[in-house]
Amino acid sequence: MLVYFVRRVLVMIPTLLIVSALVFVIIQLPEGDYLSAHVAELEAQGERVSAEKIEFLRRHYGLDRTPLEQYLHWLLGMLQGDFGFSYEYNLPVTEVVGDRLFLSFLLSFATILFTWVVAFPIGVYSATHQYSVADHSLTFIGFLGLATPNFLLALVLLYFANVLFGTSIGGLMDPQYIDQPMSFAKFLSVLEHLWIPVVVIGTAGTAGMIRRLRANLLDELQKQYVVTARAKGLPPTRLLLKYPLRMALNPFIADIGNLLPQVVSGAAIVSVVLSLPTTGPMLLQALQNQDTYLAGSFLMFLSALTVVGMFLSDVALAALDPRIRLEGGVQR
Amino acid sequence: MSARGEAPAALAHFVSDAPFDPYSIEALSPEQERYYAASQWRMMWWRFCRHRLALWSALLLGALYLSIAVSELLAPYDLHSRHSHFVHAPPQEVRLFHEGSFVGPYVHPLRYELDMDTFKREYHEDTSRVQRVRFLCRGDAYEFWGLFEGDFHLVCPPRDGTLFLLGTDRLGRDLLSRIIYGARISLTVGLVGIAVSFLIGLVLGGLAGYYGGWVDATVQWLIEIIRSFPELPLWMALSAALPVTWSPIGVFFGITIILGLIDWTGLARAVRSKLLALREEDFCTAAILMGARPGRVIARHLLPNFMSHLIASATLSIPAMILGETALSFLGLGLRPPVTSWGVLLSEAQNINAVALYPWLMLPVVPVIVVVLAFNFMGDGLRDAADPYKTG
Repeated sequence: MLVYFVRRVLVMIPTLLIVSALVFVIIQLPEGDYLSAHVAELEAQGERVSAEKIEFLRRHYGLDRTPLEQYLHWLLGMLQGDFGFSYEYNLPVTEVVGDRLFLSFLLSFATILFTWVVAFPIGVYSATHQYSVADHSLTFIGFLGLATPNFLLALVLLYFANVLFGTSIGGLMDPQYIDQPMSFAKFLSVLEHLWIPVVVIGTAGTAGMIRRLRANLLDELQKQYVVTARAKGLPPTRLLLKYPLRMALNPFIADIGNLLPQVVSGAAIVSVVLSLPTTGPMLLQALQNQDTYLAGSFLMFLSALTVVGMFLSDVALAALDPRIRLEGGVQR
Repeated sequence: MSARGEAPAALAHFVSDAPFDPYSIEALSPEQERYYAASQWRMMWWRFCRHRLALWSALLLGALYLSIAVSELLAPYDLHSRHSHFVHAPPQEVRLFHEGSFVGPYVHPLRYELDMDTFKREYHEDTSRVQRVRFLCRGDAYEFWGLFEGDFHLVCPPRDGTLFLLGTDRLGRDLLSRIIYGARISLTVGLVGIAVSFLIGLVLGGLAGYYGGWVDATVQWLIEIIRSFPELPLWMALSAALPVTWSPIGVFFGITIILGLIDWTGLARAVRSKLLALREEDFCTAAILMGARPGRVIARHLLPNFMSHLIASATLSIPAMILGETALSFLGLGLRPPVTSWGVLLSEAQNINAVALYPWLMLPVVPVIVVVLAFNFMGDGLRDAADPYKTG
């Protein structure tokens, strides 16, 4: 177990390195840099920018260095907890990002929790009542959830939440709580706003999870040990909970790896629509303004979140399921 | 032949005159013959037909893709024709009976008023006037695929009237026509994207599965890295990188290639795992011994074994691409006007006002949902049919 653990950690390091390089290349892909875009914007507003000032700023921001140097500087900085400098906000990235990352994390966590809580009973029910009316309609609703674009669902839910419950539009809390210290009322307000993005981001993942759990459970229910247990007179509920369900539970753990990128993606677009103070809108803006280090650090954070999530789910799976222990190790 | 009524003692030894056919037991009825002699693809087809929902989905998709070819004829208006007097007009209802008598499909003309309290545009139907919808008629001029000019439509608005079956947008453009034209882009995005991802998946997955060893390890690692990126932020980053100076068509291909570049990992994994198992088979060894090159072994001997599976799984990943394009265009990072896709249309419904005041602007989501569902059902059917020898 320890060997597997250590090996898995060691694989993560080069993966994250490559990811950081890719991120940097992608961010650098657009022509020009933040400064040229910024100067163009200033000139469009009728301001004149002297050549010396541009040169000074270029040196100040480190934009005169080669991309490779910039990358290494960024990478070494990240190892020391310094994520670079946001041009747009004129602040270190860590200060700009701090709160938002926490909210993103909270949102992802709540969404995964929601996915599990909803998918679990529905999946079990449709598997034990295969081809019943409820099974068919639940499957259909699941498909609908899969097929509806997230952002539109978000808009509609937002509208109805406003009309029916008077929830304020946009944001993750009522306006008066922004910049307030954490209090119980603020917490309640966050809860009141949190459910829409959670439901919206969760729907697609929930549908997939229900289908997988149903298929797994159906496979298990046909096996002989179930027949044996039933013949011996074990009550149906107890039988279900004690044997086949445990076998069918793997997707819940194995899927964290699949679910996380999906949740993070969904969160990105939904939070743009709902103007949540999470990473999504800021990432979009940073990408459009070529705010290299801000965008890069965001992408890096999100990828690291998924890499670590996958790692955790692999480790949890290896710990819980003796069949796949150790010999799998690194995939080959 | 001796009759039964005679004395049993006199029963003669019976010999049939008919020529003896020792294989008569094994003879097949014509239906069985047809079944057993059927080719693999024919059996897949039969099996696919058994999946009713999948068959209907396939028919629906076929019809939609055919409609792309003749969008100009189907749409009542041209893509860009504006009606400045009918901005944000609600959908008009088509009626058949006027004051108890049958007059055929007709609409009531819209009358426009500005509510001076709320400054909201309000449209009322003038129920006294009847305007008949025209069929097979001359309407807005268009250029058919940019090749030749025409003005023939299946359905046209009434003379000096309007026909906004799904309402109009903020420039007074007919939404139905725009949805019909938008299908062109939205439906092809999936196909082009899947072609890109299919190609990459086949080549890389094939190499990994055939050679194994360090090639396999490298490809696996690459897949692992790409999968650890959250899809949408990566799409956002890549499409933000597309030069602004590109023509709309260039952007279209850029977006589809980006969608494909990230999607191939699942397919490559499937190809790899199948190839790993198949390359140990005798027929593969035989082909190698006879001097076939790796490319030929992979393409001629190994891939056909599970091509049907690949097609099925490719079908299942088209919806993700369509949704991806919709999401990107919605964010303003994907396609841009004047290119019209369903995502571009939906980006008009971006704010809460649209939901509250002009809910019909959200209608382009209906074809998106229908197409995504149809692809999912068809993919399910194809997957079941892909292995016709499997019972059950």
